[in-house]
Amino acid sequence: MSFWTRFRSNTGAMIGVVLLIAVIAVALFAPLIFEHSPWQMVQRPFLAPFAVDGLPLGTDTLGRDVASQLAYGARVSLLVGLVSTLVALLIGVPLGALAGFYGGYVDEGAMRFTEFFQTIPNFALAIVLVAIFEPSLASITLAIAIVSWPPVARLVRAEVMSVRKREFVDAATLAGLSKPRILIRQVLPNTVSPIIVMASLMVATAILLESSLSFLGLGDPNAMSWGYMIGAARTVIRSSWWLSFFPGIAIIITVLALNLIGEGLNDALNPHLSRKGRA
Amino acid sequence: MSVFAIIAARLAKAALTLLCIAVLNFCLLHAAPGDPAVVLAGEAGAADEQMIEQLRERFGLDQPFGVQLWKYVSGVAQLDLGYSFRQGAPVIELIADRLPATLLLTGAAFVISLVCGIALGVAAAARVGKPQDSLLTTFALLFYATPLYWAALMAVLVFSVWLGWLPGFGYETVGAGYTGMARIIDIAQHLVLPALTLGLFFMAVYMRMTRASMLEVSTADFVKTARAKGLSDAVIRRRHILRNAILPVVTLAGLQAGQLIGGAVLTETVFAWPGIGRLMFESLAARDYNTILGVFLVSAAMVIAFNIVTDIVYRLVDPRIGARA
Repeated sequence: MSFWTRFRSNTGAMIGVVLLIAVIAVALFAPLIFEHSPWQMVQRPFLAPFAVDGLPLGTDTLGRDVASQLAYGARVSLLVGLVSTLVALLIGVPLGALAGFYGGYVDEGAMRFTEFFQTIPNFALAIVLVAIFEPSLASITLAIAIVSWPPVARLVRAEVMSVRKREFVDAATLAGLSKPRILIRQVLPNTVSPIIVMASLMVATAILLESSLSFLGLGDPNAMSWGYMIGAARTVIRSSWWLSFFPGIAIIITVLALNLIGEGLNDALNPHLSRKGRA
Repeated sequence: MSVFAIIAARLAKAALTLLCIAVLNFCLLHAAPGDPAVVLAGEAGAADEQMIEQLRERFGLDQPFGVQLWKYVSGVAQLDLGYSFRQGAPVIELIADRLPATLLLTGAAFVISLVCGIALGVAAAARVGKPQDSLLTTFALLFYATPLYWAALMAVLVFSVWLGWLPGFGYETVGAGYTGMARIIDIAQHLVLPALTLGLFFMAVYMRMTRASMLEVSTADFVKTARAKGLSDAVIRRRHILRNAILPVVTLAGLQAGQLIGGAVLTETVFAWPGIGRLMFESLAARDYNTILGVFLVSAAMVIAFNIVTDIVYRLVDPRIGARA
């Protein structure tokens, strides 16, 4: 069975794909759907959902359109989730690859470094980094990347160590290829599928981290995000519950979609590893 | 190697890690944009030129980098985490004040998530493929995608605001003057929602892991042997499968203690729970860096201590684990 056939037969993964496409579409077309910016006052504050035509999710504490805020928030979540994962891969993949391929002191040093970052409570470190370097999309993305790369390094190291012992690597050595060339052209391409699975799950975690930071008031002050919306509405939860409720649902849908896709990819890319008894 | 040698080795490693974190803290303080003296003063001494000058002298900010680093690190070694100008007290005192509440919250959340997670995972694995299993797996998937702080807010809304069953705010009833048993019950009631919502995410993690681990172990040869002996399913599950399946779950739980403490910042913020997480949140708005970094260091120390304890318990429980440091 091909990869795509296996992936498509996984109901959960297909639900995930549909949900994610919907979220991406809303993020992309936000300016077309809503003529006003998410920061603009459009009506009285604290309007309940459907109270006024054209404002299906009501207005927030400052009279801004909640639906528009949600749509623009999707952009921030997806962007930060994706870019921070890419940066984490840029740190973790080379480090893990070098450690696994060269072994010895390189491995020892790289793994001590990784272990140190794994010991530190990662959300606390992210808070410290964003607080010190001032909240902005760049500092948030970087902070999330800095706390999420260690598992990547460990995974890549383990994969490289097992691939390194395979026969085609010996053949490449005999053919006279240099070590760096073997690592990049022969070994690393064989570790791609577990990295893809891990990356898709990391995007989900990064979105949760970004929203948690914004919730604490560490969001970019110029970007509307779901966590910020919930944080701003926290104090009025008794009177206007919908202001916190809808952004939370948006986060759950996006994170759930990515998790479902990640699991589907895992089952489709590593069929021999997919755990028994999965429905 | 004896248990004591292992403990000694682990403690030495822990000390080294904490030293690295102290150095990291120091570098971060200096990397913050602006004059370190102004940064240290936070919002407290905003425009007071004289106070800034005093600070510069007091912390030796006019001295070479190496000297400053040595002063900071040796200060941390003596439990001097600096002074919070915002709160007008040494950081270590602020943290010591708030630590018991955080230990209570994270401890309760840890126990709840581990016990419920394992129980539900075993239940799901026993009914694999049946509707009950699908239902449990779906719930785990949902909780796994739910932001901690949002679950906390919704719990306050439903159980405190709408139903009025449980308090959704604070550590105990202010001004009630309860003592003895009445006070313990009062605190326990305040603990229910924060501990449950903090534990929910981790419960989902442990449940998924237990389920997978149970299914994996159930294909092992010794399980077939047990079945061939004619043992009942319940006995096989409890005595043969669970005891082996639980090991990776407990390992993971030990490693995730750090995330639990990170999550406590969010939970304590929502519930106004007077722990070190709430202290960190309050310090964010005030840009009180000494306190933020102090809480960071102490939470890392908590994680390290917790990992050492789990490691030792683990070795005592399972003699198969080699006595390697």
